[in-house]
Amino acid sequence: MDITGRKLFVKALLEEGVDTIFAYPGGYVIDLFDELYKQNDIRLVLPRHEQGLIHEAEGYAAASGKVGVCLVTSGPGATNIVTGLADAHYDNIPLVCITGQVPLSLIGNDAFQEVDIVGMTRSVTKYGVTVRKREDLGRILKEAFHIASSGRPGPVLIDIPKDIQLASGSAEYPDSVAIRGYKPNTSVHIGQLKKAYKMLKGARRPLILAGGGINLSGANGLLLQLAETMRIPVVTTVKGKGAIPTTHELYVGNCGMHGKYAANMAVSECDVLFSIGTRFNDRITGDLNEFAPKAQIIHIDVDTSSISRNVVVDVPVVSDAGLALEKLLEWAEKMDTVSWQEQIRFWEEEHPLAMRADRGLNPQMILETLNTAFPTGYLVTDVGQHQMWATQFSDLSDQRHMITSGGLGTMGFGFPAAIGAKIACPDADVICVTGDGGFQMNIQELATAVIEQVPITVCIFQNQYLGMVRQFQQLFYGKRYAGTCLRRRRTCPETCKGPNENCPPYTPDFVKLAESYGAHGLRVTKEEEILPALKAAQQHQDGPTVIEFLISSDELVLPMVKAGNAMYDMIL
Amino acid sequence: MNQMTNRWIALYVENQVGVLAKVSGLFSGKSYNLQSLTVGTTEDETVSRMTICVTSDDITFEQIKKQLNTMVEVIKVIDLTDVPIHMKEILFVKISGIDAEAKNELFHIAQVFHKGSDVVDVVDDGKDAVLLECKMTERRNNDLIARLKQSFRQIEVVRGGAVAIESISTSCR
Repeated sequence: MDITGRKLFVKALLEEGVDTIFAYPGGYVIDLFDELYKQNDIRLVLPRHEQGLIHEAEGYAAASGKVGVCLVTSGPGATNIVTGLADAHYDNIPLVCITGQVPLSLIGNDAFQEVDIVGMTRSVTKYGVTVRKREDLGRILKEAFHIASSGRPGPVLIDIPKDIQLASGSAEYPDSVAIRGYKPNTSVHIGQLKKAYKMLKGARRPLILAGGGINLSGANGLLLQLAETMRIPVVTTVKGKGAIPTTHELYVGNCGMHGKYAANMAVSECDVLFSIGTRFNDRITGDLNEFAPKAQIIHIDVDTSSISRNVVVDVPVVSDAGLALEKLLEWAEKMDTVSWQEQIRFWEEEHPLAMRADRGLNPQMILETLNTAFPTGYLVTDVGQHQMWATQFSDLSDQRHMITSGGLGTMGFGFPAAIGAKIACPDADVICVTGDGGFQMNIQELATAVIEQVPITVCIFQNQYLGMVRQFQQLFYGKRYAGTCLRRRRTCPETCKGPNENCPPYTPDFVKLAESYGAHGLRVTKEEEILPALKAAQQHQDGPTVIEFLISSDELVLPMVKAGNAMYDMIL
Repeated sequence: MNQMTNRWIALYVENQVGVLAKVSGLFSGKSYNLQSLTVGTTEDETVSRMTICVTSDDITFEQIKKQLNTMVEVIKVIDLTDVPIHMKEILFVKISGIDAEAKNELFHIAQVFHKGSDVVDVVDDGKDAVLLECKMTERRNNDLIARLKQSFRQIEVVRGGAVAIESISTSCR
């Protein structure tokens, strides 16, 4: 018996095991909404803006390991998810995004709410296609879920014109896919891996650099085993943090632009760098000629195009991280790295990560209290200074994970992503660490969190500035704070070197704002208020709690490597 | 090894809407230097084959091949740079505003270039204009255009871009 496209759409979601869809209605998806209304197996989450929507789906996917599913209308609904698509593309988050489209006969006519969303998003999606024939709909949806979640995961966009949604056709939803141009790598070249192992075994100062690929592949346990068996210290990228527990003796810290001194020194001084699941982004390498200058480099990645792209490596291995590590563990033997570890410990003691504690409330105090108050669950960050502090001071383990926008650096990501993570894992504690700038970029999602009864704790690091840019201005632009002060009004003097007693009040009042949405609002100004506020938030299980932490404006993220400089050249 | 040279790729892709835009978008988006791109369907009408010429160094060229391979719509990437191939480009040149004497010179040039597998035919003739149809390598077409520009002022050029196929025998080139 034939069924309509809209019925097949819901059937496909059910067959794929979708339990939650993040959806915002509009003229060209109203039929799909109507079909969703008729069933009770899929929870429809209604955000307040499509950008919030797609970040919620990203948070959901990152926390659950499942594909995040978005449904938005044509035109502005579709263009509002573009930032999220790019974010998911860079951070390898599996999404299937369905966009409504004007009927086929109107495409190209500049019809009401028509945009060429597939054309517009080609460079920020893993795959995108407009369904042009009703008979292709089932196959395309099946392929979308497969492509999004396999190989190096990413976002897939499926554009469905209104008439395809209404047209009748086969009720069949395929149970397998065969795409001749898409065969994700599922094996590992043993010869290359042996070469890698031999090189690693011969090292005197070996170092493991773990990227986000470890967390994506769920290879954390295997990596820990390898590090422990061979006694090799581990540094991580921002997305790789948590690859092994951060309290482990072999864990050094994050490397890169705001990495720990010891981690950047270790990368600069190691003689074999065993890197796995990283694309050697410029924030990690700095000056390419001076990156790991003394090391031979091994690079394992599931994506061939990530290998030898930014950094030319000595032994490339195309493989899923888990697969390669399993094989390596068969050969792994203990190495003598005692003096190398001592050297790293010396660097750690020389310049430990620490912020001044004599000027009142500081980010380190907040993050360390979060470590103890919320020892399990998800820590979701926005983008900026607070994010870098979180990557420096947060403890992560197999029980405590971080979700952050690493590649694209999307302000506005954190709060909705935290909502999505909590929806995916209702029993886990979810903390959102955000800034006063980024929080305001998707602040309307407070309504979503209240209505969906999502009890997350939002910690706003309130420094009255767009702090990361402010930091650059303070260090490299003669303290000319152009467009970074969030208190600045037309009445302010033309030049201003920082806050003083004449500053106008901050807007908005986050506590009152939270309360007006029906959320809980708290303000913390002293160290001793941190823990009580977090305890109070834990008691609020009916909805979100927003805690505003008033921190100093001139707090810096240190160490810092100036963009383009060598990694050992740090401002400490 | 790291010199900028012309390199050739044969690319099998799904014959679908938007694939050409996606492939060409990759070149512009990542600042790869695309020289020419031709596309047509193959013996299997669901598959198109592109012949792509890029100017790049070794490292970038490797990256280009990898990036093309990651595209879902790309079925196969073949590097033609160091394999024996047959390659031709079609070229039309209309030369106008010429008298009988100039025509004679033009016919002479056409005769010289028409040699071996390089074909230069006079396919149309007017009172003061001549149309040449050439099937030569891109380089020979470049040479011909350069030569014509030396002697004639009014010329109109239409080029098809190169198409290439691997030779049957790999022992001789």
